[in-house]
Amino acid sequence: MQQHTVSRRGFLKLGSATAATVGLAAVTPQVAAAQAEAERPNVTLPYPEVDLTDLATAVSSEAPQYFNYPDDSSPCIMLKLGAKAPGGVGPDGDIVAYSIMCTHQGCPLNFDAETKTLKCPCHYSIFDTELGGKMVIGSATVPVPQVELEYDEASGAVRATGMSGLIYGRVSNIL
Amino acid sequence: MTTINDRVPIPPVNAEKTNLICHFCIVGCGYHVYKWAANKEGGRAPDQNALGMDFREQQAPLTLTLTSAMHNVITDRDGKRYNILILPDKACVVNKGLSSTRGGKLATVMYSPDGYVKERLKHPRIFTGDEWLESAWDYTLAVYAGLTKKILDEDGPDQIMFNCFDHGGAGGGFENTWGTGKLMFSAIQTQMVRIHNRPAYNSEVHASRDMGVGELNNAYEDAELADVIITIGNNPFETQTNYFLAHWVPNLDGTTIEKKQEWFGEETDGAAGRIVIVDPRRTPTVSISEYVAGADNVLHLDILPGTDNALMNGLLTYVVDQGWHDQEFIAANTSGFDAMMEANRLSLEETSEITGVAVEKLQQAAEWMFKPRENGHRPRTMFAYEKGVIWGNNNYSTIGSIVNLALATHNIGRRGTGCSRMGGHQEGYARPPYPGPRPAPYIDQEIIKGNGKMLTVWGCNAFQTTVNAEQYRETIHRRANIVREAMAGAIGATPEEMVDIIYKAVTEDGGLFITVIDLYPTMFAEAAHLLFPAAHPGEMNLTSMNGERRIRLSEKFMNPPGSAKPDCLIAADIANTIKALYEAEGNAEMAERFAGFDWETEEDAFNDGFRRAGVAAIDSQGGPTGDLVTYDRLRDMGNDGVQLPVVEYTDGKLIGTEMLYTDGKFSTDDGLAHFLPTPFQGYGAVVEEQKNKFKFWINNGRTNHMWQTAYHDRFIPFANDRYPITPLELNPEDAAELGIESGDIVEVYNNRGASFALAYVEPAIKRGQAFMMFGHHRGIAGDLVTEWVDENIVPYYKGAWADIRKVGVLSEYKETVTFKSRRYV
Repeated sequence: MQQHTVSRRGFLKLGSATAATVGLAAVTPQVAAAQAEAERPNVTLPYPEVDLTDLATAVSSEAPQYFNYPDDSSPCIMLKLGAKAPGGVGPDGDIVAYSIMCTHQGCPLNFDAETKTLKCPCHYSIFDTELGGKMVIGSATVPVPQVELEYDEASGAVRATGMSGLIYGRVSNIL
Repeated sequence: MTTINDRVPIPPVNAEKTNLICHFCIVGCGYHVYKWAANKEGGRAPDQNALGMDFREQQAPLTLTLTSAMHNVITDRDGKRYNILILPDKACVVNKGLSSTRGGKLATVMYSPDGYVKERLKHPRIFTGDEWLESAWDYTLAVYAGLTKKILDEDGPDQIMFNCFDHGGAGGGFENTWGTGKLMFSAIQTQMVRIHNRPAYNSEVHASRDMGVGELNNAYEDAELADVIITIGNNPFETQTNYFLAHWVPNLDGTTIEKKQEWFGEETDGAAGRIVIVDPRRTPTVSISEYVAGADNVLHLDILPGTDNALMNGLLTYVVDQGWHDQEFIAANTSGFDAMMEANRLSLEETSEITGVAVEKLQQAAEWMFKPRENGHRPRTMFAYEKGVIWGNNNYSTIGSIVNLALATHNIGRRGTGCSRMGGHQEGYARPPYPGPRPAPYIDQEIIKGNGKMLTVWGCNAFQTTVNAEQYRETIHRRANIVREAMAGAIGATPEEMVDIIYKAVTEDGGLFITVIDLYPTMFAEAAHLLFPAAHPGEMNLTSMNGERRIRLSEKFMNPPGSAKPDCLIAADIANTIKALYEAEGNAEMAERFAGFDWETEEDAFNDGFRRAGVAAIDSQGGPTGDLVTYDRLRDMGNDGVQLPVVEYTDGKLIGTEMLYTDGKFSTDDGLAHFLPTPFQGYGAVVEEQKNKFKFWINNGRTNHMWQTAYHDRFIPFANDRYPITPLELNPEDAAELGIESGDIVEVYNNRGASFALAYVEPAIKRGQAFMMFGHHRGIAGDLVTEWVDENIVPYYKGAWADIRKVGVLSEYKETVTFKSRRYV
């Protein structure tokens, strides 16, 4: 019998392991510029800008990368989809990143590489990573939040600059 | 309306908190509404907000359900703006804190002048011939009441027809079924009424009731206790989501084993529940059940369409031949068993040939569900059925065959069993007895034949949901236009003059005067002449009961938009206006027929109907003890409410009934359950003809994103952008042969009509079959369905066969709609 219940303890363990993997301590938060705010009217908070160039270099279709954004307790996934996608950056416009806490009740989403979807093991919602995190089926009421990425063509640098969509378990994306 | 999507306002400690029951599906999940001034906000510390949560920290999984869809800013009639948050109730026994994708948007669908649903009807409207004008209640009521009276006086009640809801939840509830029912059946006394989702005034479950088995006879808790669940023509993950997630899944994954041991002791074999799913389609529910329970514990009986009746008869025959039926129970508590068996006997081989399911699989299903365990106990098997059989081939015979099997194996009236429909909407029926015969008149066909002078469409929309829908719509538009042209010439007419003009058009020229009473100008309103604006839960106090007969009070927390009002009070306005017309001409007898509507509030309607069922001739799902239930007592019972019928009120609590028939006494004159001969009869002639002529079986049904006719969802991007046109799931090989890819626009056509759909290639769909979403406003599945009905005028909605061809591509949809598999595994 498979066990699907996610305990608080189990989840926190996952969260801390993720943080350790990417070494979040190297990141320095900055307040986003007011100019950038105006370009994304749906996002209103002072997000940290985080350099994700190392992850963007390492990410491949076989190797999704895990990191936390905008803070230690918000686990995210970076994917290289192989085809240009909404919100995608990098030379091929196919690098995207999402929160991996289900917007319904916060269970950790699993990435299904075959279908390029994020699947919730608690209540079986499915989200499409190739279409901005839209729900394919399930109990959520909003898409899975997408990390806003910026790409500098000249240097190849990739930065996280914001988050579109409310992260599970918060009243504001910035705690 | 806010477009900010990375934060929501925090409800302050003093936010007003009320109970709201989700008004969409039958499950009726409990929610709390928090309402507070738009310019105020609580703090992040636990003692600074109404939720008592520490929002300075990340919340753990499964502890909070709160999204931007659960927030809105509304404007009340006092002109003040308020924040509302509508969140699932963690303590409610029904949903245990879960929200579905429908209920999770309860805040989104509340009216706001600049919100998604700003198209709501705010005031009555009249069509002046070339445009809609908002008008006063007095004027529009005078036209409506004057015409009703004139037709009643000159032609009698049979010329006054209604399409009217009979359910709970939005556009329903005990208050509103009573208000409309009293108007139609006591005052106007018309029999020419059809129900929201079917073309006559009949039951979806006549067979079960005739056998003495009420169709909602167990509790949601029984799904946690069953050894086996058999679900027939039903996809609960999408359509009764939180009943499935909160009560079925914990049984299938073994969570409730301990509970079963506590309840049933040594009888329980210590195993997790198993599930048998009867459905021609591999539904998302099949997929998730396999994931949860393991494929070895799921039997998917993928029968050929319309053969459920044969399957039930075959299983029963095998069970009886094995001696697994409960002979003691049959002898003591039922009648007609032998005659039924004589009529229904069907060998497993014959059953296999008809249903397309292998004999071994049929045997295995029978063993799981009915073979006594090694410890000698019969398994507790819970039966759950819904639209696959209710709208299936021969409703009466098929549902009778299900109840036969459940009765013969004594799976009714024991905890952990039951034989219940799953339901669509919540229920909430209290009406005077229907004044017509059984079978009731086939109203849609009457309209098509040119009968009826006045049609009121109340809280429903047959344009999107009836059978033979194309011919129905064409007829309605043609007849409505006759009246529209007449009204266009009525410049400066008084209400009395307008009535005369309309009466001439509907009497001499074949016209039909149409009134729509609804939340929105619906597709049906495109043919109407008069619109009255209605209210929905949250804007009125409303009582309904869910699929385990649990009644709750959904509390009003805001005003309806404009001058909109609850349906029961619209019914009262109509009755009181007609009464005054009769009084004015000194007709006391007719004035008396329209008396008894002096209601100020919806609670008055509740007290007049639901609570008087014990002393007046009222068909009420509350039964004769309805008088024990008051708004105050229900308010005290909160989101858990009480399961009807209520037995007593004691110690400040309403005591209800968890399960029916535990005493073995059924709802018949002699107290015995009556077996029903239900031999399998194949398909009706017009269905058979269509089946032989066209290549694809066009199965149709719901998806979880879209509620009902999408009356709200067509305005909500999260739902509408998911299915901008009705989707049609197709097998990949069939699609390739037809040159069709996901995202192509296809035409589905047959000898009844044609519809467009968005192709959705899906490997889980069998060859020669397709699945089309039902009820959508863009692409109507009912256009393809024949007018065939069973002996009680219940249609075979699922019985359409058609051909499919590619029409073209709309690149926007192809690029923005996801076509990934909706099956979890």
